[in-house]
Amino acid sequence: MKVSEAARDAQPIAATADKKSAGPRARISADFLFRNLSAAVAMLVAISLLGILIALWREGWDALHHFGWRFLVSTSWNPVSEHFGALVFIVGTLISSAIALIIAVPVSFGIALFISEMAPRWLRNPVSAAIELLAAIPSVIYGMWGLLVFAPWFGNFEPWINDHLGALPGIGLLFQGPPMGIGMLSAGIVLGIMIIPFIAAIMRDVFLITPAPLKESAYAMGATKWEVARKVILPYTRTAVTGGIFLGLGRALGETMAVTFIIGNADNLSASLLMPGSSIASVIANEFTEATTHLYKSALLALGLILFVITFIVLVLAKMLLLRLDRMEGRKA
Amino acid sequence: MISRYQRRKLVNLFNLGIAVLATIFGVFWLIWILWTTLRYGASSVNWALFTQDTPAPGSSGGGLRNAFVGSLILLGIAVAIGAPVGVLAGTWLAEFAARRKLGAVVRFLNDILLSAPSIIIGLFAYAIIVDPSGHFSAYSGGVALALILIPVVVRTTDEMLRLVPGSLREAAIALGTPYWKLVTRITWRASASGILTGVLLGIARISGETAPLLFTALNNQFWSTSLDHPIANLSMVIFQFAMSPYSNWQSMAWAGAFIAVAFILLLNLVARALLGRRNRKA
Repeated sequence: MKVSEAARDAQPIAATADKKSAGPRARISADFLFRNLSAAVAMLVAISLLGILIALWREGWDALHHFGWRFLVSTSWNPVSEHFGALVFIVGTLISSAIALIIAVPVSFGIALFISEMAPRWLRNPVSAAIELLAAIPSVIYGMWGLLVFAPWFGNFEPWINDHLGALPGIGLLFQGPPMGIGMLSAGIVLGIMIIPFIAAIMRDVFLITPAPLKESAYAMGATKWEVARKVILPYTRTAVTGGIFLGLGRALGETMAVTFIIGNADNLSASLLMPGSSIASVIANEFTEATTHLYKSALLALGLILFVITFIVLVLAKMLLLRLDRMEGRKA
Repeated sequence: MISRYQRRKLVNLFNLGIAVLATIFGVFWLIWILWTTLRYGASSVNWALFTQDTPAPGSSGGGLRNAFVGSLILLGIAVAIGAPVGVLAGTWLAEFAARRKLGAVVRFLNDILLSAPSIIIGLFAYAIIVDPSGHFSAYSGGVALALILIPVVVRTTDEMLRLVPGSLREAAIALGTPYWKLVTRITWRASASGILTGVLLGIARISGETAPLLFTALNNQFWSTSLDHPIANLSMVIFQFAMSPYSNWQSMAWAGAFIAVAFILLLNLVARALLGRRNRKA
């Protein structure tokens, strides 16, 4: 049907061309087909996000309907009595991601500064490539390395953390617990390593496009390299840097395999970061195949919906901040 | 008492020193992880790994043949679906919607999809394929991976096509070339290596994905090439074996990890080399 419509639409144009041969007509409908096929496929890609939202909503509806708003604030997660609440996992997701950001943001800033301002030209590309390769390593391998290599090693430091940080008034509560190596803190650290390449790459790119005259004027006034970075480059790229951090946060929130290996998978909240916990992604990964009842499965899919909504908001914010820089660039060019 | 000038110099030196340390910190983890997979993995690689199937819990011997084949099948399905869809959608963005509002919206949504957690994509594939059909299957896993591949391909195709000089298009149009021929014969060809790079990077990205397979392809301890049944695959085997208490399984997980990392690094190197050649030519 589409083809015939195309032929009809094309008729007037085709008529002005050679009337006898079918060439122009066929040519124009091929154009029409190609344009619309590619447009249809592009629309399909675009609406798949909406599809995800609808699918997760439908699958998680039973749990959401059954527990109502209490699903969001209840800390109980009991598959036996079929009582499900998401709060433990939401908090676990936010805490592990927060630890990741605390580690990744300053490190990424240092790396970006090194690559864009300090490194000699021959070192720039290898260091960039090495950092980017950190993003290429699959999450399951981070997890395996984290569980079998990093956690036992990190466990050696935990008695020290217990003795020193744990003894502090107030925040000491965060650092008490058995030195197992696995737990919220280890998961956060590994997550931090995993998101460094994403944040560092964006910071590096925007540092590199900071206009040279801006930097040179500061240098000409006698500013040191650090002062240029802190007072010229950073203010100029602030929105994009924030966008990059949000993008890294989006990654951290939804990261699954590495966290599942290391976080310890406890279904309760504990004050200490050294204790095992759970994130939304890790509990879904862990319990999905065990979820035999309908309500249990529905609760896990509702958790997925919550994760999707949180990451969607964070990613939209990130992209909007990054787009503002694009526009700025466009105006300059 | 140090002067203001000296203090500024000291602060500068200290902070730049921290930046260098941060870089060393970042590279250190890469080296540590690569070194571990090499050390534990390379020593466990042997011929049986490619000729035998995954062993039963606690038993010795065995290999990962079914997992390798299963992973390749899953990659094949994902590329067969994802590459054409991604290239077409990217083509639309660059050739037909470069300056349209709708194009900007689609590009924005595609970027969100690119960063969306892979576990969510897996749950989506579960909801639209596994749940209605009532059983886990290889093709649902392939679809999940394709959904992760598509945004990568869309983005690189879009970017690469937009690098093609407008004069090339104008020259073709001036000769009366129809648009579809202009795209398939001229702009696609001009950016072929770039588009290929996008597909390669996409494959590198999905070949280590595990989370989306948890709810779709699952895993299979035995040899199976049926698309309608759960299928063994490397990343799920690594997950299962690394978590297990059996030393034979663990060393096999390391061997699998080593091969997966080697494959992904190789793909990345090839992609970089392709891009590098392109940039030199340009």
